[in-house]
Amino acid sequence: MVWIVLVLLTALSALAYGLGRRKAKAAGKGHSRPNYQGAYVALWAVVPAGLLLAVVLVFGGRIEHAMLSADAPAAVAELPSEQQEVFYGDARALAAGKATSGTYDFGPLKAHLDAKAAQSARQHQIFLTAAIGLAIALALGGFALAFSRLKPDFRARNRVEGWVSGLLIACSTLAVLTTIGIVASLAFEAFRFFQSVSPLAFLFGTEWSPQIAMRTDQVAADGAFGAVPLFAGTFLVMLIAMIVAAPIGLYSAIYLSEYAHKTSRGVIKPLLEVLAGIPTVVYGFFAALTVGPIFRAFFNWVGAQTGGPLGDYLMQVQNQMALTAGVVMGIMLIPFVSSLSDDIINAVPQSLRDGSLAMGATKSETIKNVVLPAALPGVMAAMLLAVSRAIGETMIVTMAAGLQAKLTLNPLETVTTVTVQIVTLLTGDQEFDSPKTLAAFGLGLTLFLVTLTLNVIAMRVVQKYREQYD
Amino acid sequence: MTDALLTADAAGAPDPRRGRTADFEARVKKRNAAEKRFRFYGRLAIFVALAFLVTLLGRIVSQGYHAFTAYEVSLPVYIDPLRVDRANPMGANYDALIAEALLAKIGAPNDELGENLLAAQELVSTDLGFNLLDQIRKDPNLVGKTLTLKGPVKADAQLYLKHEIKRETAEGDRKISDQQMDWIDKLEKAGVITGGFNTRFFTASDSTEPEQAGVLGAIVGSALMLFVTALLAVPTGVLAAVYLEEFAPKNRWTDLIEVNINNLAAVPSIVYGLLGLALFINWMGVPRSSPLVGGLVLALMALPTVIIATRSALKAVPPSIREAALGVGASRTQTVFHHVLPLAVPGVMTGVILSLAHALGETAPLLMVGMVSFNPGIPESVTSAATVLPVQVFIWETASERAFHEKTAAAIMVLIGFMILMNLLAVIVRRKFERRW
Repeated sequence: MVWIVLVLLTALSALAYGLGRRKAKAAGKGHSRPNYQGAYVALWAVVPAGLLLAVVLVFGGRIEHAMLSADAPAAVAELPSEQQEVFYGDARALAAGKATSGTYDFGPLKAHLDAKAAQSARQHQIFLTAAIGLAIALALGGFALAFSRLKPDFRARNRVEGWVSGLLIACSTLAVLTTIGIVASLAFEAFRFFQSVSPLAFLFGTEWSPQIAMRTDQVAADGAFGAVPLFAGTFLVMLIAMIVAAPIGLYSAIYLSEYAHKTSRGVIKPLLEVLAGIPTVVYGFFAALTVGPIFRAFFNWVGAQTGGPLGDYLMQVQNQMALTAGVVMGIMLIPFVSSLSDDIINAVPQSLRDGSLAMGATKSETIKNVVLPAALPGVMAAMLLAVSRAIGETMIVTMAAGLQAKLTLNPLETVTTVTVQIVTLLTGDQEFDSPKTLAAFGLGLTLFLVTLTLNVIAMRVVQKYREQYD
Repeated sequence: MTDALLTADAAGAPDPRRGRTADFEARVKKRNAAEKRFRFYGRLAIFVALAFLVTLLGRIVSQGYHAFTAYEVSLPVYIDPLRVDRANPMGANYDALIAEALLAKIGAPNDELGENLLAAQELVSTDLGFNLLDQIRKDPNLVGKTLTLKGPVKADAQLYLKHEIKRETAEGDRKISDQQMDWIDKLEKAGVITGGFNTRFFTASDSTEPEQAGVLGAIVGSALMLFVTALLAVPTGVLAAVYLEEFAPKNRWTDLIEVNINNLAAVPSIVYGLLGLALFINWMGVPRSSPLVGGLVLALMALPTVIIATRSALKAVPPSIREAALGVGASRTQTVFHHVLPLAVPGVMTGVILSLAHALGETAPLLMVGMVSFNPGIPESVTSAATVLPVQVFIWETASERAFHEKTAAAIMVLIGFMILMNLLAVIVRRKFERRW
């Protein structure tokens, strides 16, 4: 269906282009070349109709759904809202000759369902005919309008370029629309979540057990959605990751930019970039099946050597713990920290170094006392960006940190993070309206706001710092 | 320094060569030592980072290379007319038939309780039984004849053949008994079980049986999804970059767009997954776990990187090109689309390939849009249910069977292989077409 329409639209545009060009050629030399005259006609013939069809393609389903549910039979109107949704979905599936979802059994409402299915089939027919008719009318109307405008002194090129710049602006607006989409969808679903769970209980509650709240007699009981353990877990894993990544990343950046020979820099930098290019799921696999067991074996061995209550505790350490996830995430962040710091250190003007060296300072003294203080705001910003990365990272923690929401700062315990909980709440089959799934959007909104703040601060600092030496 | 010279007598005997005190020498030594230490820390940091890289890749290769070999069994089975009903081939127990043939090859008796039979059944994949049933349903005349069946050896038996399950392990701790191990050795000697390159890994899709699982479905799913991503993100990203770099006036609106693009590049990927779930699936009704919805999400994710890469490619085109075009009377649109953009194409291509390679490895947002599901088939279109390579890695990693671990590592090797290919392509494009002014 979509392909047929696309082919038809292409054929139509080619036809309109050809006709417009011929008319322009026949009319003789004018303002714009015949190509532009043809393109002008083609644009008017295809774009309005194409836009209409795109809108129908994207929103048609919802419009039909709304039309179908406009006059609900009394028996259906009594159903809970999510069952009504499924009811109309089933009716439309029946009309399209597909199997029903089977989520609910509408036994006694079978007659209503069949009636609605018939209505839906009729509606679909009318809707489709109307859409296609309107599209054809738009195409012909646009063509006629543009074709009649063609004259030798018609400024077709300026018009076509107007269309082009309109397209360019639309494309660049998409970035803003994405942000609006993210904020709107997160805020909307989170708002629905906060209607059943108070924001205070969510932000300051210390007990996280969304599974219990799934029980029907206990829907969204306050206290089950206290996100503090998740924040603590996220913080702990982030802290460990930064303890690994910050020194290694910073020192390797210093070495690469201040000491390394050009050739060794040419070899080492791409290798570090390989580390940055490895998918996070691979790091997760590495954490779960290599680093986790090694740490566990190590701590169990230490526990066996020491004995006593501490030894007993160490003997029980599991594969999944904050330390495993944190260390592997730290490895992942090394190239990130290193390349950002490298840029910043390179941006420190050579004159500062030369001045310090001329005063008799050694190279390391120059770096420690002159270059690093000058680069400090930028390096801090790089660290903030790395922190934001660590907070938003999902796969490593999902595969290596665990699922138990514990309020602890012990790196040997299994912890859970915000991102892990989003994944566990939203994978698997469940209804979309339950507080459990909506909680994921509450977490997502928190995550988005925190990382956004960190990013904005970091980018401001980097920008300001760059201007300082430019 | 002057200080040191003035107090030379007080501090100790002066150095006869340069007139320096021992105190001075000691301080220089200390400073030089600090210098050496500092340099050593730098070297150490790089060494540690590279050691992590080598360990990571080495571990994956060492865990995964086994999955590229597989052991097949090739077994003549007599289709006993007494046991298989021509009219109703569904009713027969083919697994038992195959296990008996296997026992006969081994030379072990079938005891009354059928324990040997069960033990033998555990050596070959269930695929053989289904295969046999299919053949007989197609051609009932096969009943009464001897057929040579070919199929994979069961995963646990394969692990023994690859020496990953060892005889030294206590019998209770492994899935293969001593008796089964003897049988496997015997069968291998007799040529019933032979090893070779694991073509099935590349021609099959996901399966609940490790020995039958392959990555073809995931590769096709990844390809379809990247196709959607490229189709959406590349034109919009390039056009947006053209606008921002060549046309946009410097005002609040363009500043807002710039800030937005930089922020979007740093938004956690899982947030894009939430957006995809709320917007594309729940609101627009795009089918769940389809390459279409995955591609849409990744297109939004890739958009900022495509824009940033295209802008730097456009920036590299010298202004003289623009001035020349404008000078001979081209309009601004003509200048950009006839002269500047074509010259920037190699840079744009490099950036696009790299951001698509990054999209290929993305996992977290795809979990949100339902791609983490069991898909035993090969996806037919962009709207059918599919899985992609990194998600396949995640699914297999969480599987409990040990045999899936080597499959996971092998799937990672395939994934990284594709990423290396794309990066190489980007390097080639850059080397071959890049112009320097």
